[in-house]
Formats: sequence, structure tokens, C-alpha cells
Amino acid sequence: MALDKNGIAKRIAQELRDGYYVNLGIGIPTLVANYIPEGMDVTLQSENGLLGIGPFPEKDKVDADLINAGKQTVTYLPGAAFFDSAASFAMIRGGHIDLTVLGAFEISEQGDIASWKVPGKLVKGMGGAMDLVAAAKNIIVALMHTDKEGNSKLLKKCTLPLTGVKCVKRIVTDLAVIDITPAGFKLIERAPGVSVEQIVSATEAHLIVEGDIPEMKI
Amino acid sequence: MVLTLGKMNKVVKDAMEALRGIQDGMTVMFGGFGLCGIPENCISALVELGIKDLTCISNNAGVDEFGLGLLLRKHQMRKMIASYVGENKEFERQLLSGELQVELIPQGTLAERIRNGGAGIPAFFVPAGYGTEVQGNKEVREFNGKMHVLETGMTADFAIVKAKYGDTRGNLIYNYTANNFNGPMATAGKITIAEVEELVPYGELDPNHIHTPGVFVQRIFQGTNYEKRIEFTTTRN
Repeated sequence: MALDKNGIAKRIAQELRDGYYVNLGIGIPTLVANYIPEGMDVTLQSENGLLGIGPFPEKDKVDADLINAGKQTVTYLPGAAFFDSAASFAMIRGGHIDLTVLGAFEISEQGDIASWKVPGKLVKGMGGAMDLVAAAKNIIVALMHTDKEGNSKLLKKCTLPLTGVKCVKRIVTDLAVIDITPAGFKLIERAPGVSVEQIVSATEAHLIVEGDIPEMKI
Repeated sequence: MVLTLGKMNKVVKDAMEALRGIQDGMTVMFGGFGLCGIPENCISALVELGIKDLTCISNNAGVDEFGLGLLLRKHQMRKMIASYVGENKEFERQLLSGELQVELIPQGTLAERIRNGGAGIPAFFVPAGYGTEVQGNKEVREFNGKMHVLETGMTADFAIVKAKYGDTRGNLIYNYTANNFNGPMATAGKITIAEVEELVPYGELDPNHIHTPGVFVQRIFQGTNYEKRIEFTTTRN
């Protein structure tokens, strides 16, 4: 069966390693924080100026001066640090953040990502997404494999305005884990109960399938 | 020779006095991220003064009834330079009707353009935006096997920032994530105004903990009636 959003987040959490500094985007990526393995030291960065995001606050501990990049009230953990926006993007641009997880509308087989603008719809802005995708050492994209009409979001070429080029390394969808290789999309894992054929037919671009494709363990 | 500090006094009475000299058509930076760390008193004073045709540089454009949304409602803004303008219906309306121009800049590039402007660096290369419409006609160059886009430093006629603590010499300390764009913007105003929640005599703030050294600040005052609105109150349960 295809994964739900929490399932995708759970699978992405398996990519975390002890000592990682991680930036989680808005949407499915935010859910990854709920599945950090116990005892693993993962520091979450919020690009508005916090390293060491804690859980959401108790009702009486809400502070207008303490928010995340989604403008939600948060807390900070012991050992956290606050800083300005220039320093925040120095961390990102300078390659000091180990992993970025973000959502997208479309991904191309070259690793291009489109995530910020849909022509004809009102443009809200790219926020920090272009900085993140252009600079992060390792980018994982979390998205549903197809849109509501069943159109593939994994394409030969993105149709929407790009956020960044040749930057995505790995994609986790409701159907599969797919890597972007110099030869294109390569199937790594299937969602439990989902067949290779289902994944191939939901993918517009060519999908490299080599040998037996294991099921995700989640 | 005995060196002493203290005669210098950058304190003004209030936002009105701080904004002396501001004119229609000027470029103004506003600190803050969303509604966090915005200079509420100066925004209200600008509404009262009715200054028009402003080019506003801020990460966001406020919400309909608060923050920079107050300037929008009075049609005081000609152009908005920001990275994300999502939470504002009036903004959308003015944009679609052509009353308002908008320039969207990747958030890190925006912060760095401001930092560079304040630091006297006219231009620099960043990877963000390469191969996207942000690249436009900008010069591109390869460094270390990766393509970069030439971006320019940015300054403003006025930079208006908000801090938790300040002293009479303009030294500032921000609170939690309310530092955000305030720190870089404080360096990039021809005139930088700091409004603070608590203004203390010089010597009372620990020099080890100053975020913005007073040299960047020309005018400072203790603000009043801070609302400190929250966009999305999110709690544990």
C-alpha cells in the first residue's frame, strides 16, 4: 500500500545520522522531526535563526520572539543557538548543514527541482528554498509520486519554473525511494506492497530498475 | 590621556522623532521575520505620517491587519522587495491590480545583499538562483566547478530595526529568533533607527553580549505598547 505523509516522513528519518545538522522544510519534511530515532543527536536548524529546535511549546510558554521558519511558535533545546539571517544562510551556503529535506511540485531526472511557483497562480515567493537547494550537501525531496489527477511529478524535464538545477540526490515518495544518478532516476526501494510495475507506470521519466527491489522497512 | 565614553547620546523621544527627514519615495528596510521582531512603533508612525511611494525591503510583507500590512492598507508602498509574501490578501490584491511592484529575492541572497551593503562590498557571487528566473541577466561565473550568480550589496535611506535591549550609544541585543533580518539591516541604513523594548544607560549592557555595535545605529528610542502578535500559535497538544 502507498505510504501516507507520516510514512514518507518515517522513511526519510532513516536517512538521519548521529551528529547531523538538518534543515526541514514546511509540510511533509516537518513531520520527519517526529521520527528521529531515540538517542540520536540530530540538531534541527530553522533558517530564521535557530539551531536546536525543540518541541512546540506548552500553552503558557508561547513566546512571540521564538518561532520557526513556518512562523509557528516553537521552543529551543538546551545547547541551542540563536543568530541572524545572514549567519543562518552562511551555515546553509557554506555547506555546514548536513541534510536538507524539502517538498516539491516536480523533480526532473537530472535532479532539477520546481517547488515555488505555478504560473497563473499567485506567486508567494521562494523564501529560503533556492538558497537551500543550491548549497546543501545532501538534499532529499519528500513528495507524493503523482498529483491528484494521477500525473507523475517525476519528469524527464520540469514544466514549472525551477527552484534549482541538478541538486536533488534522493526522492522519497508515497510509492518509492528513488536516487538521481548521472543516468537518471534509479529505483532503490518500494513502499510495502507496491509493485515495481506500479512505480514504473506512475513515473513519467525513465526509471532504472536493477535486480530485486527491496521493500522499505518502516 | 584618559579615554572615556558617554557624551554621545543617540536617544530620541519616540518613533516620530526617529523618522525625522523621511520622505516620499525613499527606500526603507524593516527588520523582522513574519511578525517576529518587527519595528511596530515606527510602522505605526509611518502610517500616521502618511509617507508614500516607499520601496520597502523586508523578508515578508506582514499580514492584512498588522506589520507592513498597515502600510499596504494605506497604499503607502510602491514596491516591496522580499523573499516571501504569502500571508497577505491586500498584498495580493494590489499586486494583481498593478498598484504594487514586487521583487522576490531568495532569502539567503537577500540577507547577504544587506550584509554586504552594510559592509561596503558592492557585489558577490552566490549559487542560489542559478538556472532559475532569479538569474535573469545577471553575470554568472564558475567557481570550484559550480555555477554562481553575481548579486549586489544593498543599502537603504532608512533601516528600521527592533531589539529587546539597547543603550544610549545604540548598542543592541536581540531576543531569541527576533534577531533575524534586524542584525544585517542595522548595518545597511544611511540612517539606522533602533526601537527597543528596554533602553538602558550606556555601560549597563554586557559588551560581550552586544549583537549590533552602536556604530551602526544613529537613532534609538524605547518603544511603547508592543503587541508582538503571533502568526501561528502552535502548542504541544
